[in-house]
Amino acid sequence: MQPKTRFTAVAASVITLSVSLTGCAGAGGGPAQGGKDSINVLMVNNPQMLDLQKLTAEHFTKETGITVNFTVMPENDVRAKITQDFSWQSGQYDVASLSNYEIPFFAENGWLAPLDESVAGRADFDQDDILPAYTESLTGTDGHLYGEPFYGESSLTIYRKDLFEKHGLKMPDNPTWDEVAELAEKIDEGEPDMKGICLRGQPGWGQVFSPLTSVVNTFGGTWFDKDWNAQVNSPEFTQAVTFYTDLLREHGEAGAAQAGFAECLNNMVQSNTAMWYDASSAGSILEADDSPVKGKLGYAQAPVKETEHAGWLWTWSWGVQAASEKQDAASEFVAWASSKEYENLVADELGWASVPAGKRSSTYEQPEYQKAAPFFDAEREAILNADPKNPGVQERPYVGIQFAGIPEFADLGTFVSEDVSAVIAGKTSVEKALDKGQKRAERIAATYRD
Amino acid sequence: MSYVSTAMKPKPTLGGPGTDQRKKSRAAAWARRAPLLPALIFVIITTQLPFAVTLVISFFNWNSLRPNDRGFAGLSNYIQVFADPGLRHAVWVTILLTASVVLISLVTGLLIALLLNQKFFGRGLVRTLLIAPFLVVPVAAALIWKHAILNPVYGLINGILTGIWELFGSQNPPQMDLLTDQPLAAIIASLVWQWTPFMMLILLAGLQSRPADAIEAAQMDGANAWHVFRYITLPHLRQYLELGGLLGAIYIVQNFDAVFTLTSGGLGTSNLPYAVYKTFYIANEYGVASAAGVVTVAGSLIVATFALRTVFSIFKKEAAR
Repeated sequence: MQPKTRFTAVAASVITLSVSLTGCAGAGGGPAQGGKDSINVLMVNNPQMLDLQKLTAEHFTKETGITVNFTVMPENDVRAKITQDFSWQSGQYDVASLSNYEIPFFAENGWLAPLDESVAGRADFDQDDILPAYTESLTGTDGHLYGEPFYGESSLTIYRKDLFEKHGLKMPDNPTWDEVAELAEKIDEGEPDMKGICLRGQPGWGQVFSPLTSVVNTFGGTWFDKDWNAQVNSPEFTQAVTFYTDLLREHGEAGAAQAGFAECLNNMVQSNTAMWYDASSAGSILEADDSPVKGKLGYAQAPVKETEHAGWLWTWSWGVQAASEKQDAASEFVAWASSKEYENLVADELGWASVPAGKRSSTYEQPEYQKAAPFFDAEREAILNADPKNPGVQERPYVGIQFAGIPEFADLGTFVSEDVSAVIAGKTSVEKALDKGQKRAERIAATYRD
Repeated sequence: MSYVSTAMKPKPTLGGPGTDQRKKSRAAAWARRAPLLPALIFVIITTQLPFAVTLVISFFNWNSLRPNDRGFAGLSNYIQVFADPGLRHAVWVTILLTASVVLISLVTGLLIALLLNQKFFGRGLVRTLLIAPFLVVPVAAALIWKHAILNPVYGLINGILTGIWELFGSQNPPQMDLLTDQPLAAIIASLVWQWTPFMMLILLAGLQSRPADAIEAAQMDGANAWHVFRYITLPHLRQYLELGGLLGAIYIVQNFDAVFTLTSGGLGTSNLPYAVYKTFYIANEYGVASAAGVVTVAGSLIVATFALRTVFSIFKKEAAR
């Protein structure tokens, strides 16, 4: 009998010990809690954020006495971590980098603190300088503002000016998709070593479906109609996907089914493709000093069909956790990071090309910025015309241009994108892919109709 | 903890020297075991506890974006896992991927090991170079394959094809797009490249421990090279082949990097680890992801048990002969 009880005792002590250990891990696993004047910031590891991390201690902390502890992670990891921390409202992180995809439903869940008073209300912050499309898409259904953009972008048609001139072609400032397809064909014929256009084909809601959803919008399609009926295999959606995949298969880059933003960027830099419809922020990389295509590029608006504009809207913004006990310090940080003053600081320290731009109209007025970013005019126009609440021909029950602003969209978009990628690879048909997607979309729509 | 310490204290002797002896040996046994306890506790905390937590979560309806709907869900997550055609396909992909990578890299590993077992000039250098692919970080290896080797525009394969064709004056070399046309084969190729050196190392160790006297005796009896390989080398290598196959299978079943990097799970290449990743990170369905994880572990256990049993039965037959 005794050996057994002893075993139980050992097991019990092991469990107690392990529980206390995991308890510790839960509390102490993150960054240091620090004192009253210290906040924790969780953000994505994009270059603009890393610059911020470098500049904070020397400038922000020096001026305000607030220490900032940064936790920096790749996009997918940071999303999961932010979701965990904010859904528990543990208050471990005071500020997080959130996109305009997440902010509306994070606000809906009550996870974010409103910033109307604490940031936007500051006299020196100048909220009116922030481009209106951002303020609109970062405002919750209750009318409060829940995020401040750090930098943002729309989508543009990027093309090789030099080759267009050589072949006597002209890119309109506001091209239609039919014109773009025709131009792609002509360049494809005229330049034997080049493909007409680069478009994303890699699976992922944030890969192929960023440009593709904006095509769907302008072809008159939508993911859901205003009564929450799934519209994935509607004629307009089908027509858009058919057009996109046909264009890619006929005049698109080689290996399109695996090509994302990075691959298309490569193709442009190496002169493998003559056009590219993608994020306007690509411009700052294409126009960098070491880029072989610097100065050879033209920038036109996103191609359209049924709508007047089709450019998307994306921003990495700051959100403050509702449960944070350091609201004042957190909003102080947000107001600094999204300020004009910070943009000027980056310009002084690292140059205008590194400025987290695309959010303030005043930035576009700076002559130095205009010189560093030849695409500034097209980008400003695209962002001013972006309408996240009404990007298509019909009313929608959600906010978002290149995505449907509901938590289930990441999964839905990724699911359908795998089949769209297979269409590009010639392994399935558009109808089959979208019928499959429609079923999943309808399951989600049903939960919203109740 | 307090109970253990009191139990370990010598109690007042009631019986004769016999019980005393027993207690002493028990104390000695504990003295031997005690130093192992930290390691045991560590293993339990790092391996068993997370699994237990996963098991519990798998019975919960838990989407991190819907904190208010959290609750006990019974078996519904498991039903969802088995009802999802995507996940069922992922099971099949995982089996196909693991089996083909293990088999192909065992065969190529064996061939290379046989070559390396010969004495030749620069053998040490060649061996080191051959091991290199195994030392590359998996995600870096996948990137090398995606961009440097398989890319249809600037990849090595198409570059070589172009070069050869230009040599013969042709302007229209065949250009392959393996990642699009044969995505699973491309993933298998990249994994074989990484795992062949591992198999080679294990089999080389086996080859070098071959009994030289038996080979000599066989040669005296007139056995040719093929006979020596078939009746001495191969039986001797059996346990090394099994070890390599088993270790390789355990690692390749969990492979994530190649699928994630090369195809992002597209074109029907999503394996179980990638499917679990998608369910957890993109759909935020912690309950379903945990259930899928538990099913993966259960499946691996069943396969491992059967595989081991077959392996052992072969052993027994061999011994009985």
